[in-house]
Parts: sequence; structure tokens; C-alpha cells
Amino acid sequence: MTAIPETTPAVPVAAEHDAARTRRRAERRRRLRRDRALLIMTVPAVLLLVVFNYVPMFGAATAFQNYSIYAGFMHSPWVGLETFRQLFADPLFWGALENTVVLSLVQLVLFFPVPIALAVLLNSIMSGKVRTIVQSVVYLPHFFSWVLAVTIFQEMLGGAGALNTALRQHGLATWNIMTDPGTFKYLITSQVVWKEAGWGIIVFLAALAAIDQNLYEAAAADGAGRWRRMWHITLPGIRGVVVLMLVLRLGNVLTVGFEQMLIQRGAVGRDAAEVLDTYAYYYGVVNANFSLGAAASLFKGVFSLIVILAANKIAHLAGEDGLYRR
Amino acid sequence: MTASALTATSRRRAARPNWEEPPTPAGQAGKATVLLVVVAVVIVPLYMVVLTSLSTQGAVNRAGGMVLVPHGLTVEAYRQIFTNQLVMHSLLVSLGITVVGTVISMVVTVLCAYGLSRQNSYAHRPILMILVVTMFFSGGLIPTFLVVSALGGYDNYWSLILPGAVSVFNILVMRAFFAGTAQELIDAASIDGASDWRTLRSVVLPTSRAVVAVISLFYAVGYWNTFFNALLYLPDNQKWPLQMVIYTYTLQGNSMPGTGVTNTGQYYGHQQVAALAIQMAVVTLTLIPILVIYPFVQRHFTKGVLLGAVKG
Repeated sequence: MTAIPETTPAVPVAAEHDAARTRRRAERRRRLRRDRALLIMTVPAVLLLVVFNYVPMFGAATAFQNYSIYAGFMHSPWVGLETFRQLFADPLFWGALENTVVLSLVQLVLFFPVPIALAVLLNSIMSGKVRTIVQSVVYLPHFFSWVLAVTIFQEMLGGAGALNTALRQHGLATWNIMTDPGTFKYLITSQVVWKEAGWGIIVFLAALAAIDQNLYEAAAADGAGRWRRMWHITLPGIRGVVVLMLVLRLGNVLTVGFEQMLIQRGAVGRDAAEVLDTYAYYYGVVNANFSLGAAASLFKGVFSLIVILAANKIAHLAGEDGLYRR
Repeated sequence: MTASALTATSRRRAARPNWEEPPTPAGQAGKATVLLVVVAVVIVPLYMVVLTSLSTQGAVNRAGGMVLVPHGLTVEAYRQIFTNQLVMHSLLVSLGITVVGTVISMVVTVLCAYGLSRQNSYAHRPILMILVVTMFFSGGLIPTFLVVSALGGYDNYWSLILPGAVSVFNILVMRAFFAGTAQELIDAASIDGASDWRTLRSVVLPTSRAVVAVISLFYAVGYWNTFFNALLYLPDNQKWPLQMVIYTYTLQGNSMPGTGVTNTGQYYGHQQVAALAIQMAVVTLTLIPILVIYPFVQRHFTKGVLLGAVKG
């Protein structure tokens, strides 16, 4: 790639090297000048992320301090792993961790398949009009806040809600689902299904639409019925997307709707509704034990990262793309 | 999943191909039932919320709570909330946060997405890295709270906007969309002497209306639904957005100042309207903007959700 003419072999290698470096630098300067406007455009976003994401990331070091709001980050004493010892000695932390994992697994089993099933069902509907109407309706709750969704659940299923009013009027026993700790995990899951299952079908619908229609015709010609076609064509056709969504979901195994839990923690009680995020919130912000809250968050972050990397690895071993192509 | 997934959606088979067996009546009935139930589970509660907010005291008493069958209708609940200082102020706060926040988020997102959309532009890889890292690591709730507070965000409206103003996912979606804008158009613009700013404004944005609409809706809904940041940073109920008002006075059942709504669900005052109707009127108020904008943006959803997943 050297542009130095062959007729001047006397030029020392070092000088040639320097010349190449100068050219590279000039080239880089030229690109910098050309793309200056593009770089300036990215500044606001990068700045916001640095202030509100990267600075707090380093601020997570408060987990290794005995943080005091008066001393601040710079002057609070470092205590090493003392905060984590305190965290792991707290039975409430283990309760919160258990609730988090249980809720997450229940959702994995009861929520995750719903959008896939709905998408397959919707995909089998011939009438475009019916499809459009159903899609418009089921996407809608995704845009409601958790406050709104929980309010609607309370008015429908709560002690004074529509269901219990109807039961009472017919002389039947009432059941305040909203405050029953025993069935809380199913209540939470049904709320997630109500709010997000519809939105979840978008990705699967697109994957279904990408399946080559000729495969179906060929299978039918070979005598495969509609169930065999679903088993051998439809489901393998969307497997990659399903695995991708599963890996992403597993990465969030310790994230169960923070606002959703926070809102309902009062009604159903701490024993059933405390999860890692609400634990961090109540210890960190409400009780002002910032270091303990930060330690709980840090534990969660590190654990989640390990899980998502492991899940991705397993996906790769199973021959799928996972988060990224190998 | 490739880009062909997007185009395939639009050219679906219109009629049943002749190799497919005719549908069985039982199968058809089963599908219809499932879809009807699914649609009803979403629609009926919303219908009951709106109807209850429009019902008279008598109708609410008769139903024993939420109204399913209309009996007397009245707009008295809305008259009450529109003269309620707390509700009206929270409505203004919510609208203000939504408008200002969406504008800020969109400006930042569009600029950054375009800045990173050119192949081989200077330093686009490291900048992309800076963005993507934040999707997988976060400092967590407490450090973020401490940083925002240290910057004076406590008891300040900007704490509802700036900490979450950038969604990296949305930037990636939009960047993928911009990168798909015909490179010839951009080249033609630069040959004509257009600067990058001019190209963005006059060439790229006009061809990207759909994705701009969808991403704006995503941001706007996020701001409209702001709840936790308000709980965290705004101690004073004079600054609360609507979601906080619903949380405090409908969900937790505290009595709302300035209305006859008490925590036992009773009413008083000269206007006969159920406490529940007033609460449902506030709930309806938060539903309206979503229901109004939704139909216009809805058909573009797939683009907004999938492009990011496709090109990551």
C-alpha cells in the first residue's frame, strides 16, 4: 500500500514508516473534518448517558462504603465487603431474592408461551380485518401505566370490585384477589399477561410472516395435516426468535415489574411482594441506608449479567444465534 | 429475522390456497371464542371504567360499584374534577412533562441516530459502544437517585425528564431506519452542497415520518405514564403528575382534597355523584390522550419494534 516510488530505494525503512503514519494521520484528520457535524450530533445523547448512566455506574461503588449523605461519595468511609456481609445476613434480603426468582419463574412458565400461542392463532386467521382489529385491541394495554393497569385490576377483582360485587349479589363467597398473598404470584402474572402479552406478539407475527409459504404447500402435498405442518414448519420457523426472546427474558430473571410490585406491596404485604428492586428502594431511599440499597442493586446487576451470558452461551451451543451471531 | 420479514407482512396470502384443507366448524368456533375472550378481557374493563365515570350516584349504588349496564348518565364527575385544583394542576404537569420531554428526547434521539447512521464515519464504533453498554449495565436505583439529587433534581420537574430522556433502544431503531434511507439520496444531497444538518432536515427526516411518529409515541407514552420518578423526586403533591394522583387517591384510597371523595368511598356535598365516578373520571382522563393518538400511529408499530431487533 506504500506510495513511495520504487525508484527511490535509498529511503530508509523508518522514514517510509513515518510517511505512512503521517498519511494515516492526515486521512484521519480529513475524516474527522468531514464528519465533524455527525460527531456533534451525538454529543447530547452521549452527555446525557454519561451523566445519568455512567456516573451512577461508578456511584455503585457506594456499596463498598458506609455512605452518608452528609459526607457524600468523596468523604464517606470505605468498608470493603462489610455492606455485603450485612446484606447476606439479612433474612429479608433472602426473602426478597426468593420472591424475585419464584415470580420470575412463574412468569416464564405462564407468560412466555402466551404471545407465541396468540401469534400462531392470529396468523392462522384468514380475514385481514379480524386480524387488524384484534391486534389493535391487544396492543393497547401496553401503553397504560402500571398505576392504571393495577387500578383497573382492583376495580375488577378487588374487594369492592365488579367480580366480588357480583358474587355478593348472588350470595356467593367473596374473594379479594388483590390482597391474597397466597395467590399473589398468579395475580402478578395475570396482570403481566393482560398488559404485555398482546404487545409481545408483534415480534412473533413478523417471524411467522417470514416463513416461506411454499414449505406449507409442499408439506400438504406430502400429506401433512395442519397440526403436523404447525409442528414441523411453523414452530421450527420461529425457533430463532423464540430463543432470542428467551435469552433476553432470562437476562431479566431478577427484574420483575418494579412499579407493579411497588404499587401493590402495601395491599398484599411485604412477605409476598418484596422483590430485589423494592428491597433496594425501601432500604436505600425510604430508610436512607444507601449503601445497603446499592449493594442489593449491584448484586442484582452482576447476577443478571452472568445469567444472560450463560443463557447466550447455551443458545450458541444449541446452534442458535442468541443475542448476536457468533 | 431479516428485513424481508417486514415486507412479507404486507403481501400475505389473501385467500385460502387450494392445497389447504377447508376449516372445520369446531376449529373455527374455537378460534372465534378465544379471540372474542381475548378482546373482551381488554375492552370490557375499559368500558366499565368509562361508563362508571359517566354514571349517576343512583346507577353506581344500584350496580354496587362498577357499572356494566348504563342506568343514569351524568357528566357531574367531570365537572367536579375540572374544578378540582389538584387534578387540574396534575393534568397540566403531565401535559407539560409529556410535551417538553418528548421534544427533548426526539431532538436528542434523531440527532444521535443520524450522527451514527453513516457507514464508516469517524469514531462511530466507540460511540455506539458507549450507547450499547448502558443497555446491559446500570448503576442501579440508589446511585442514580444520589446523582440526580446531587444535581438538584430533587423537588424539581427536570428529574422526571432528563434521567430517562435517552432510550438507546429507540436510537438504534431510528439509526437502522436512517441507514436504510437510500444512500443515493444522501449522496445527491451532499453533491448539491448540502451540509449534514441540511441533509438530515430536508432528505432524511421527510422520508422517515413513520418511524419518527412511532418513536415519538413511545417517548410520549413513557412521559405520560411517569410514576416512579415522581414518587422518588417530588415530595410535594402540588407538583404531582396525574399518575401520582391516581395512585394516591384511587388506588390507595386516600381522600382527595377538594372533592367529596373520602377514603371510605362515601360522598358528601351538594352534588350527588359517587366517589367512584370521580375516581374513574380521573382514570379516564389519563386514558383519553392514549386513545386519541393511538389509531394514527398504530399501523407503524411493527417498524418501530422490529427494525432495532433486525439490525441491532
